[in-house]
Amino acid sequence: MRAHASRKWVAVLVALAIVIPLFHPLMPDLVSNYRLFLVSTMIIASIAVLGLNLLTGFNGQISLGHSAFYAVGAYTAAILMDKLDCPYYLTLPAAAVLSFIVGYLFGLPALKLEGHYLALATFALALAVPQILKYKWLEDLTGGVQGIVLLKPEVPFGLPLTEDQWLYYYCLIVMLILYWAAANMLNSRSGRAMMAIRDYPIAAGTMGINTALYKTVTFGISAAYTGIAGALSASAVAFVAPDSFSFFLSIKFLIGLVVGGVGSLTGSVIGGIFYVLVDNSAQALSTFVKNDIGLQFDLSAYTVFGILLIVLMYLMPMGIAGGLFALIRRLRRS
Amino acid sequence: MYKTNRRAFVAGVSAAAILSGTRVAFAEKKYDEGASDTEVKIGHTNPYSGPASSYGVIGKLHQAYWKAVNDRGGINGRKINFITYDDGYSPPKTVEMVRKLVEEDRVLCTFNTLGTPCNTAIHKYMNQKKVPQLYVATGASKWGDPKHFPWTMGYQPDYQTEAVIYAKHILANIKNARIGVLMQNDDYGKDYFEGFKKGLGKDVGQIVKHASYETTDPTVDSQVIQLKDSGANVFFNISIPKFAAQAIRKAADIGWKPIQYLNNVSASVAATMKPAGYENCQGIISSQYLMDPTDHQWDTNADMKGWHDFMAKRMPGANTADAAYVYAYSVAHLMEETLKRCGDNLTRANLMKQAAGFQKFRVPLLLPGITINTSATDFYPIQAIRLARFNKESWDQFGDIMHAESS
Repeated sequence: MRAHASRKWVAVLVALAIVIPLFHPLMPDLVSNYRLFLVSTMIIASIAVLGLNLLTGFNGQISLGHSAFYAVGAYTAAILMDKLDCPYYLTLPAAAVLSFIVGYLFGLPALKLEGHYLALATFALALAVPQILKYKWLEDLTGGVQGIVLLKPEVPFGLPLTEDQWLYYYCLIVMLILYWAAANMLNSRSGRAMMAIRDYPIAAGTMGINTALYKTVTFGISAAYTGIAGALSASAVAFVAPDSFSFFLSIKFLIGLVVGGVGSLTGSVIGGIFYVLVDNSAQALSTFVKNDIGLQFDLSAYTVFGILLIVLMYLMPMGIAGGLFALIRRLRRS
Repeated sequence: MYKTNRRAFVAGVSAAAILSGTRVAFAEKKYDEGASDTEVKIGHTNPYSGPASSYGVIGKLHQAYWKAVNDRGGINGRKINFITYDDGYSPPKTVEMVRKLVEEDRVLCTFNTLGTPCNTAIHKYMNQKKVPQLYVATGASKWGDPKHFPWTMGYQPDYQTEAVIYAKHILANIKNARIGVLMQNDDYGKDYFEGFKKGLGKDVGQIVKHASYETTDPTVDSQVIQLKDSGANVFFNISIPKFAAQAIRKAADIGWKPIQYLNNVSASVAATMKPAGYENCQGIISSQYLMDPTDHQWDTNADMKGWHDFMAKRMPGANTADAAYVYAYSVAHLMEETLKRCGDNLTRANLMKQAAGFQKFRVPLLLPGITINTSATDFYPIQAIRLARFNKESWDQFGDIMHAESS
């Protein structure tokens, strides 16, 4: 009964997501190209947060290094498009494969690390990757500090859509496929094994689950998801540079994960939307507080961001998704 | 047989009238998005937060400057609505913010957006949208390319030109030069280094050691030691003030006494020379195009007094030793003049036309003799610098104002 109800809601939301952008010609201010671009950014962020969620939320391994996999995906896409004239849609599988390999290889030595030590190892990865991208031996390939300028995806088959509408649909299609794949994986024996490792690692090992294999493969899959998000962002922003993939990006993914809801697919969507939305709105809020409320504080946008985070964590300790579910449950009970 | 009836004829004539009327209206058009009888909107992004937040002061001065302009009546009767967003020095964020400025806020142009990677990220977009990307706050040489990017213009002298001048000065004045280079490992550092190698030409082999650092490094001590050990007798310092000061001090501490060239970005008395120790800076060669607010030779200059008055009145509490304020004030003045020259023709095309039409225009706080010069084929507003040697606690300009060779 519950599963059916939530599936209906998902279907409604997906239908809305498909239909609303078609109103762009009718109400260009309300459904503007900029807003479609912004929602595309949210979709990309959701995919990246989903990648992190698979590793941290469902498998229990902490990562502060997902900006590195995002960068690997973005640069894979950028280099293929820039050097080999590869069509943008073929860069996604390439980014996924390469990110998977990088994630898997990184996951191997990380097997010996747990908790804070794994966090530090992934932190080191996040710091190292932008430097590697600048390295002189890779400069010809990566464009060094100047980065690589790209073209935005062209609308296929002569469809009567704007570039931003097509970009939106492209991202939406990829997101739906990836979420569907993740849901299926988590509902399988493998998925239950992943979660068992998170909850009771020793018991899982005792019951015959190959924890080493599951951990490294999960690392790879997680990296692949985030790498695909990176490849999409390369197309959306049409530019990659080492400065685009700093450690702060890893923190933002983590924020999206925690705010949206750890260990929740719905939470990944909410988390991705949240950090893009707040990232963009924090400055408006800061200006509002200063100019309209009249407080003479020069709150920076990130201060507002931080305050919002604290308030949210206090009110919804299980994240927004957890909070929503609790609210729904309470309403049904009464 | 088809007959032209009266109704069809009238409709046809009406359509023709409407079309011709439209054509006339286009010819008289005065405004593009962002401009009106009462207001002009200009957009801006700046890293108010993040690793480059020390440049946030540029945006803050701009806010104060345009408020001052509005308080004295605006430009040609129009108030300036200066909209500025924080991009955290992150190119994807810059893309988001600039798209917001262009497509939601609908600004007439962007002005003085900061950072080479950030401006690179929006370069193509701004030119596709035909929205002026004016006076970008980066010295990369790529901004002066009107043929491929007719809507983009830089402001300060480009890094490569400055580096070429140092290279030529070394070749002309130092026999048997053995050159060590310290470089910040980003677009700023590399642009200087490319220009330097270009200036040395066939003598590029005189560079015996090239060391680099990252902005996240705590010190550059080990790099300076490497440069000394290479046997270099000339030291070209391409670093920002904090690291430039460290390098100068470290060189003195380890007894290394090369002839030193310091890039203009760090030629600030208060930000670089004082922390490095005045005694360690004697004889260092750099270049300038703006007056240094901490250099006492300018204390009685009218422009400098005007700037100090502005700072005291509009930005109380601000650190007047920060040369970024001087930079921001001068470029804002140029923007004000550009808008003024548009008169009532505030289209984006006319804005670019006016920006590309300056001849010997004097901007406050530029060194005497240095002026703004642009044309339809020359998108480098300032192509002149003057070499200076540090003496006691001040920069002594020497030689003539040097102009870049036009290419």
